[in-house]
Amino acid sequence: MSNKQSTFINMVVTLFVITIVAGMSLGFVNEITLEPKAKAKLAKKVNGLKQVLPAFDNNPVDELKLIKSEKAKDSVEMYPAFSEGEFVGAAVIGSSEKGFSGLVKIMVGFKPNGEIQNIVVLEQKETPGLGTKMKDDKYIQQYRDKNPSEFDLKATKDGGKIDALTGATITTRAFSEAAQMAYEEFIKYKEELSKPKN
Amino acid sequence: MAETIDQKQNFLKGIVKDNPVFVMLLGMCPTLGVTSSAFNGLGMAVATMFVLLMSNIVVSLIKKQIPSKVRIPAFIIIIASFVTIVEMVLEAFIPFLYEQLGIFIPLIVVNCLILGRAEAFASKNNLWSSILDALGMGVGFIIALTALGAAREILGSGSIFDFKFVGEDANTFILFILPPGAFIALAYLTYIFNRLTTKTAK
Repeated sequence: MSNKQSTFINMVVTLFVITIVAGMSLGFVNEITLEPKAKAKLAKKVNGLKQVLPAFDNNPVDELKLIKSEKAKDSVEMYPAFSEGEFVGAAVIGSSEKGFSGLVKIMVGFKPNGEIQNIVVLEQKETPGLGTKMKDDKYIQQYRDKNPSEFDLKATKDGGKIDALTGATITTRAFSEAAQMAYEEFIKYKEELSKPKN
Repeated sequence: MAETIDQKQNFLKGIVKDNPVFVMLLGMCPTLGVTSSAFNGLGMAVATMFVLLMSNIVVSLIKKQIPSKVRIPAFIIIIASFVTIVEMVLEAFIPFLYEQLGIFIPLIVVNCLILGRAEAFASKNNLWSSILDALGMGVGFIIALTALGAAREILGSGSIFDFKFVGEDANTFILFILPPGAFIALAYLTYIFNRLTTKTAK
């Protein structure tokens, strides 16, 4: 085979050309997938809002409140929901960096009295088949209609009331931490959230 | 004439004689890691097959331009680019699968099956042979991962392709969803596969 000689200049030029081409094609693909990626994320968010909140007739995405919290790297997103002008609850994005593979991001819907309406998972990189089970109804229903002020969100192993996922205690801890964080932020800003914008 | 027989063999070898998982035992990381359900295994294998096909094509096209001392870094850059493309496309268009596979998509880069085929086959053969080689190996990988995923899902979750055939609270062999179950299931499947193929070869 008449391969190019492995001279210094040949090697440098070849690798240079390959990395340039690779970099440009990645940039190109990133460019064209940027919009669908954002769209997929937004669709997921709107879909999530519908699942975690009681029936509402405003557009919570428009009334998004961003709050700085010392517990999360990014600011915490809160989506208040109203039905016929009355405050019916809010969705708060809780997150924890303590998942088995890093960030776990969940959306928790609260009723005005602080009870959890429902939870959906937004972002996670947990082990498929183990940690990803936190998305199952069987796990999440443990949180439903519970008020974190009297219901300890920690796993039973840590003295709480949540049955941990089999083989995924770390994921369970991260999930509960994220839910707890969302609850604390919700209670802190409840007054502000319940006021209609106009 | 001899060429066509050779090509058929070339395609089939990846499925039976040199099956990447059951015979060559390559690409064990995703094989053991994501096959907790049949669907995950299938999704992973299809993504891997795409990367394998693209990298084999590119490597076989530019093989003469790469000085042999830097061929490994060159191959890795090519493979990593395609993996990143797959990751971005999955995130944009099949977010569901993207979430399921999670961390294992970027890890396709270090799947030795892909680098192995680039090094052992595509860098020595022409484009058409390399495409068939990638397709054969890819199909073999898909069969293996789907079979392993199905076996583990049936035993560990009592379901197949997310269709549950046992009751919600039935006791299943959770062990098979956990990492040790992957090794056990893989060992038995490898045994069965080799038993069957050596029999037919005789």
